[in-house]
Amino acid sequence: MPTVSMTVNGKQVSGEVDARKLLVEFLRENLLLTGTHVGCDTSQCGACVVHVDGRSVKSCTMLAVMADGASVTTIEGMASGETMHPMQEAFREQHGLQCGFCTPGMVMSAVDLVAVNPDPSEAEIRHWLGGNICRCTGYHNIVEAVRDGAARMRALGKAAAE
Amino acid sequence: MYAFEYHRPGSVADAGALLKANEDAKIIAGGMTMIPTLKQRLAMPGELVDLRDCADLKGITVSGGTVTIGAMTKHDTVASSAEVKGAIPALAGLAGNIGDPAVRNRGTLGGSIANNDPAADYPSACLALGATIVTTNREIAAEDFFTGLFETALEEGEIITAVRFPVPEKAAYKKFDQPASRYALVGVFVAKTAGGVRVGVTGAGQDGVFRQTDMEAALSANFAPEAIDGVMVSPDRLNVDIHGDAAYRANLIKVMAKRAVADCA
Repeated sequence: MPTVSMTVNGKQVSGEVDARKLLVEFLRENLLLTGTHVGCDTSQCGACVVHVDGRSVKSCTMLAVMADGASVTTIEGMASGETMHPMQEAFREQHGLQCGFCTPGMVMSAVDLVAVNPDPSEAEIRHWLGGNICRCTGYHNIVEAVRDGAARMRALGKAAAE
Repeated sequence: MYAFEYHRPGSVADAGALLKANEDAKIIAGGMTMIPTLKQRLAMPGELVDLRDCADLKGITVSGGTVTIGAMTKHDTVASSAEVKGAIPALAGLAGNIGDPAVRNRGTLGGSIANNDPAADYPSACLALGATIVTTNREIAAEDFFTGLFETALEEGEIITAVRFPVPEKAAYKKFDQPASRYALVGVFVAKTAGGVRVGVTGAGQDGVFRQTDMEAALSANFAPEAIDGVMVSPDRLNVDIHGDAAYRANLIKVMAKRAVADCA
């Protein structure tokens, strides 16, 4: 079996995996990082979004071996100790979640958006989140949360382009 | 997924050698179609050859009226490229509307055209712009490359290395996308070049992407949206599915083409 090594949430990890193991399975089953969810398993819903080398990808549609050597960030890697990431804080403050199943993917996608577009408009947020589906259909507050999160990230100097 | 062996060659030459040595090997580029295909067991390659380390397949160059894009260049890279935006903004715009951001961060130009999904976006740009597909063996005109539903002129072991897009005078791409998959229900790429107008249509044809030559003739005579009014688009050989019947798609071809021409103004 191939061996994979990658940095996950700042920690070096490695393991033997079947070549057909998905990145999301490696994260959830090998590393027990179950914050990354599997919704549709067909790359449509976005519950499995993580960052690979800083950009959002659907971890249900990437093999673990394809992330060999990469730096991966999951929802578990967003907070600093007890302090939530500003985007997580915004989702909490703005009630940007109901059942919470889609939230990890929403937060990871939103942070990637702010990295490329520090002050996105409502239309830009809605377009960007086209690949993240909320089955509670709580999109209104999710969009509010992303706007708020972007503002918080700008204030903390965490957005791109500064 | 059935089990397979995974290979990660460092160059396109090594990738070619692996394909030659393993009869049931398949290439994986971004994996946006290959991985779902493997999950559904629609393909069962014994070997998977990942092109991600083939640096010779990446990158964008613009020179002498041609935009050359490496086969492993991701959609997001094309969409955000200042060179592509400057030379063929419609192509950058097309890439920026494929799937969703996470898909664009993985999916590649070469993967899209090698798969030739009948609803993929890039094939329409290749046809309308008169692109040349460069492979490990030869150069293929887009016209001759897309041969049918999920079929191309690629031979066993042949790898796409780059696509050369001639810079048009004007071009625009408009798609009516299916909101869940974001594939084109109908997408129309219109390009006005020194040699006339070319119209590439995706999402609509039963045989995949095609040129709408009646519209090309009408637009070559009068490059205005109203020139399309008089063109009859036949529903024969158009796709029928739960999202739209052939007559609906025939109408959408006209609507999207008019919007694209209007966008060129």
